[in-house]
Amino acid sequence: MHSNKYTLIYAAVLSVLTAVILAVTAEGLKPAQQANVILDTKANILKAVRLDLTERQQIEQTYESRIREVVLNVSGEELEGVDAKDIDMKEETDKDWKERRLPLYVYTAPEGDKNYIIPVRGVGLWGPIWGYISLEGDFNTIYGAYFDHKGETPGLGAEIAEKPFQDQFRGKKIMSEDGQFVSVNVIKKTDKLEYGEMYRVDAISGGTITSQGTNDMIKEGLEPYLTYFKKNKSNNLISEYRK
Amino acid sequence: MNEEEQLMSEEEQLTTVREEATTATPSVVPVKKREALFSKKNVQTLRDPLDDTNPVTVQVLGICSALAVTVQMKPALIMALGVTFVVAFSNLIVSMLRRTIPTRIRIIVQLIIVAMLVTIVDQLLKAYMFDISKKLSVFVGLIITNCIVMGRLEAFALAQRPWPAFLDGIGNGLGYGLILLVVAFFRELFGAGTLFGFKVVPQWAYDMGYVNNGLMVLPPAALFVIGIYIWWQRSRNQKLINVS
Repeated sequence: MHSNKYTLIYAAVLSVLTAVILAVTAEGLKPAQQANVILDTKANILKAVRLDLTERQQIEQTYESRIREVVLNVSGEELEGVDAKDIDMKEETDKDWKERRLPLYVYTAPEGDKNYIIPVRGVGLWGPIWGYISLEGDFNTIYGAYFDHKGETPGLGAEIAEKPFQDQFRGKKIMSEDGQFVSVNVIKKTDKLEYGEMYRVDAISGGTITSQGTNDMIKEGLEPYLTYFKKNKSNNLISEYRK
Repeated sequence: MNEEEQLMSEEEQLTTVREEATTATPSVVPVKKREALFSKKNVQTLRDPLDDTNPVTVQVLGICSALAVTVQMKPALIMALGVTFVVAFSNLIVSMLRRTIPTRIRIIVQLIIVAMLVTIVDQLLKAYMFDISKKLSVFVGLIITNCIVMGRLEAFALAQRPWPAFLDGIGNGLGYGLILLVVAFFRELFGAGTLFGFKVVPQWAYDMGYVNNGLMVLPPAALFVIGIYIWWQRSRNQKLINVS
């Protein structure tokens, strides 16, 4: 049997050694990992407008040519000199909603139609969840949605990152007929909601807390943009009319 | 001193029990003469886990991840490579350190080494295979708790020289990988009609009314496929009859 002193020293040396090895590996690989995260964000934004691209070059090219990044304030004015890339959604969602800076990604389709992609962020069961929701030019109909998560349970909460769940959002509405903001509600099929089918998607069985989180995330994520929506909706209508 | 001796004998008993549990794994008796790199014994160490002592189908270890990552061939392959890397090198490192590791903290020492290797694998995946790392998500981290890794360290690497230990790790990793790939092959073929993402089932089959089997995409399908594999393996391999 080894002495206590030996055991302690052995444990300490081993811990320090492994720590050094891991630190060196992590630092060495960081640039490659960060590049991946940035690319992944771009790919996810494009997924919200129903573009599922996998090739690195394709993603970069489409993003550069089709997406315009804008940052707004709550009054719907575009902020100058702020880069959407520099905005940390976690920081923004923690702020009082009147002080929030709101990134918006405007996608122009090859035919000239515009989609407005709104990033949202909230909390799931085990950690953060986030996503991108794209609206059509009427600022009411959802064109597509993409969600992802840090560590929800596979098969339960993690289903929000799966296509079948996300596809449910296509064509849903966020404004009621009398112009009130209703959001798209993620709730159980059997739960009652005063608004119709257009305003709800089926929640995930066994993933109640994640579904609830997704529901709140969408509602709280879209609300600050409403002023901008209203302004631009009338603009869009005027330009439609002039045509 | 008495207590110490008692502890030692308990240790020995444990080792013998362990050796009995894996009878098919040859215990390499220390020999003075230098052994050839690929002597018969060493080749057997490498080959046995593929069939006779397969970690998944015979020892029934590592089932959890075998169910989880076998929906498609590609993640299964990457997971298999990851586990092989971790088992092989943790076996090698632990075997090299085996005379210095204080017995009282040997499990912790093993765990640190395994965790370090797994973290390295995880970091490499995030840097070079980001989409795969997203698909494997928590399961890479869970290699640390994969019973195969600790099992091989305790049962083999602690008592063997580095080279056989390394081979044993490779063998067990491949044995695990083999099952993963077989299961993933059937699940991806029947569940999605593809292999490694390439379409295998032709379009005319779908036009004629062929439908992908939705059950194959769900975890229970892996259980069925592994069950059928075990059945087939035992009916074929005489050594496995009346074992277990």
